[in-house]
Amino acid sequence: MPYGEKIIDHYQNPRNVGSLDRNSPNVGTGIVGAPECGDVMKLQILVDEDDNIVDAKFKTFGCGSAIASSSLATEWIKGRNLDDALQIKNTDIVRELALPPVKIHCSVLAEDAVKAAIADLKAKRTRPSANAAVEVAITAK
Amino acid sequence: MQVYLDNNATTPLDPQVLVAMLPYFTEKFGNAASRSHRFGWEAEQAVETARQQVAELIGADAKEIIWTSGATESNNIAVKGVAAMYADKGRHVITQVTEHKAVIDPCKYLEQHGFRVTFLPVDRLGRIDLPQLIDAIKDDTILVSIMHGNNEIGTLQPLGEIGRICKERGILFHTDCCQTFGKVPIHVEEMGIDLLSASGHKIHGPKGVGALYVRRKRPRVRCEPVLHGGGHERGMRSGTLNVPGIVGMGAAAELCRLHLDTEPARVAALRDRLKDGILTQLDEVFLNGHPTERTPSNLNLSFAYVEGESMMMGMDDIAVSSGSACTSASLEPSYVLKALGVGDELAHSSIRFSLGRFNTQEEIDYTIGRVVGAVRRLRELSPLYEMAKEGVDLKSVRWAGAVSQPGIARDTGYSPGRS
Repeated sequence: MPYGEKIIDHYQNPRNVGSLDRNSPNVGTGIVGAPECGDVMKLQILVDEDDNIVDAKFKTFGCGSAIASSSLATEWIKGRNLDDALQIKNTDIVRELALPPVKIHCSVLAEDAVKAAIADLKAKRTRPSANAAVEVAITAK
Repeated sequence: MQVYLDNNATTPLDPQVLVAMLPYFTEKFGNAASRSHRFGWEAEQAVETARQQVAELIGADAKEIIWTSGATESNNIAVKGVAAMYADKGRHVITQVTEHKAVIDPCKYLEQHGFRVTFLPVDRLGRIDLPQLIDAIKDDTILVSIMHGNNEIGTLQPLGEIGRICKERGILFHTDCCQTFGKVPIHVEEMGIDLLSASGHKIHGPKGVGALYVRRKRPRVRCEPVLHGGGHERGMRSGTLNVPGIVGMGAAAELCRLHLDTEPARVAALRDRLKDGILTQLDEVFLNGHPTERTPSNLNLSFAYVEGESMMMGMDDIAVSSGSACTSASLEPSYVLKALGVGDELAHSSIRFSLGRFNTQEEIDYTIGRVVGAVRRLRELSPLYEMAKEGVDLKSVRWAGAVSQPGIARDTGYSPGRS
């Protein structure tokens, strides 16, 4: 299947690849998907005291469209406040990247990753002792 | 550089084959069934020469070769044609889970029409268990259909032993040899094969032509036709013969036969060079299929923490295929890899490299560099690789897939291990 130009651009030059300190109280981490489904996205946000997203990073295991969707999501949420970031819909990502129908789930996952990162941040605030997502995963069995 | 390493899908036509075919499009255009003039005789002569060329490659008699449109049709005639012809004798067929769909689907068709089909499982290397085959044989078993070399993972089944088991019990043995015809020695007498499917375009011949070997002696095998019409091909396959295609398949088979002692070994050496070049530079790469009992052309590797389609995108000047779900419309990873127990995550990470006559060492060395570069880059992008390097046992993580509907917001996030 030939890929759209924007997908190729994000795949070849992904924005905001990397990781933030997941133990920081100002960092929210969302990990969505599953290896056996062929997609896992990790998306992290760093917020200031006014709940503005000052930085975002991602890492994605998945096809080119999944990588592009998460790259685009980090680009879009940077500079927004949390409530604003929650307004991002997967359909916006589908439109921007011109994803074909078979790749719509990639955009759903990116939207979920943003929401999961925000939820993680909010959970940390209500229960400051709760560890970051990945650390919980280490002990989970 | 553009490198074509998808020769298990199809192969480029050998220029020598094209030269042999060309006159049969234009001046020698006759219908091989026209018995009344020179044009027909000329075409018939060419078809019979090709029949001999194909027969010779598998130790058969030319009269035992039926021309078809390809291996899919050959498999359909073998499975459905034998079942229809021998239904009075029994209604049980045995095959295996890793067959090509061109055998699996005709078998499923039979199941809907009053037959029982046993789909034998395979081990981690892709081989069936012979005692299990013997156990599966019942009084009403009429046909065993087991492929020779698997198209995805390359694993070879022990045809000779399967043939002997079938012979001892008077059961017909069909084998899909699409991936081994012309590449691995095959002998229908020594291996006890009663029906054999082959394809033109997998051996640097043209598309749209295939052959079915149907044994004529000890026993004489009969098939109900799938296509009814003028009674061509001993009544088993009606339809005007595709003379240029048949000439091409014959010429391609002849080239394979002449170089059978050297060419498969050359291809296998290149394949091993590719494998070794990748494995010495990358960790956590796993071979799918049998390490030694495999077709010379096939290398199937799973690159942990990297998804197959993104890998292909990262080396788009290398033509390969993947068992990843993302390459199929169904969003299901390869059923062949699943049958090995490879695990869905490694099925998504699999790449099939398949070599052919025109691949060079230079191309292989170039490919090694491209593969290693793509995997390293994508692993840097992979959260799974990061977690694995941090010591997280990925199997202990409770993952959740995408659960929200497109366009419908969810108010709770997900993190592994939570809940």
